[in-house]
Amino acid sequence: VETYYCPHDLAKFGDMGKNRPELWAKFIDYYGSVFADGALTEREKALIALAVAHTVQCPYCIDAYTNACLEKGSDLDQMTEAVHVATAIRGGSSLVHGVQMRNIAEKIGM
Amino acid sequence: VPSLQASRHPLAVTDEQTRTLARSGAPRFDDVLARNGLPLLATARIEVLQVNVGKLCNQTCAHCHVDAGPDRREAMSRETAAKVIELLRRHDIATLDITGGAPELNPQFRFLVDEAATLGCRVIDRCNLTVLMLPGQADLIPYLAERKVGITASLPSFRQAGTDAQRGDGVFEKSIAALRKLNDAGYGKRIGLVLDLVHNPVGAFLPGKQASLERDYRRELSSRHGIVFDHLHAITNMPISRFLEFLERSGNTVTYMELLVRSFNPVTAAGVMCRTHLSVGWDGALYDCDFNQMLALPVDQGGPGTLDDLLASGVLARRVRTGRHCFGCTAGAGSSCGGALDG
Repeated sequence: VETYYCPHDLAKFGDMGKNRPELWAKFIDYYGSVFADGALTEREKALIALAVAHTVQCPYCIDAYTNACLEKGSDLDQMTEAVHVATAIRGGSSLVHGVQMRNIAEKIGM
Repeated sequence: VPSLQASRHPLAVTDEQTRTLARSGAPRFDDVLARNGLPLLATARIEVLQVNVGKLCNQTCAHCHVDAGPDRREAMSRETAAKVIELLRRHDIATLDITGGAPELNPQFRFLVDEAATLGCRVIDRCNLTVLMLPGQADLIPYLAERKVGITASLPSFRQAGTDAQRGDGVFEKSIAALRKLNDAGYGKRIGLVLDLVHNPVGAFLPGKQASLERDYRRELSSRHGIVFDHLHAITNMPISRFLEFLERSGNTVTYMELLVRSFNPVTAAGVMCRTHLSVGWDGALYDCDFNQMLALPVDQGGPGTLDDLLASGVLARRVRTGRHCFGCTAGAGSSCGGALDG
């Protein structure tokens, strides 16, 4: 069955450097620096990435950062908490927009 | 939990393990070395003599490459242990690395430690931690500390879930208690009593970067449990024995072997432990490493195959016997009994 998303395509990510390789090189250089140990550890950054991956709903990122989180020593409880953080922010983001709804309704309602 | 051998699992037969790896579609290891312009592995020196004293263990870990457990009875005799000491003496080998099973449960463990320490060897005890908490082993920590035996202890995760999933229910709690006792005895405190920890992935993936894992372990063990240690070794799970059984049962054999082969890092080939180690089995047979030992692949390419032969001939030069499992030592940052090979 053909689908737009294919797990094998994740391994082809590097093909994006076949054209305009200088842009790819800058991206990879930046990407590598972002995920290196710094004030946050690589493990903590992978958990953030996992949460963001669920927010942007990117199956490649979810695949990559599930593996990365496990490799860097996180367990399923920690990873589930990270997904709940993403979920809470997404849900909270909808809910806080309710203030706009209330503002408008209060302005025009009787 | 019974060992594969006790449960008469097909993978208890080493040939079946080799066949399973061949069926995975992984290329031959030597072919990949050649494709990368690398020479076949060979050595002519022994810096570390790694002695596997037997398969008896108080745990039955899910990833164990030895298929060790309480139901195993293979154990090194005094006669063989004496030959180990003679080999150390004759070839002036710097390090004796004692493993098992739980090596401390072997009756020859203290003989090996005492004799090697007398020779001035650095001695490493590959310890599962929980053995230190057994009722009959109350004097073990002071014994090891007095002889300055380095301890390399398994702790796959600084959290309970991962450790217990790999090593058995309740192991994390006992391991933390044992680490506290080791710290109390001076281990891990930079006063000549080395306490290193070993991280193995809890599943079919490679370990993360050793240095980064070590920082996490250090912070978490210190802040949550007040535990200190010297170094963390990140070791890749070998696709043999019980870990291979897990791969087969979970349908991960092909993808794990693909991961190991895809992650082949040519830089690591120079540092693989078979180039500096010689592995001795409980019965005195010689192997290029503990993994070859568990696959029943003795030294057979130029070097003597038993302690007796080596003591008689003194020939150290040998070509290393490789197999598809060797990709476990060359994947990513590489892996050895001393952890990552390339940062």
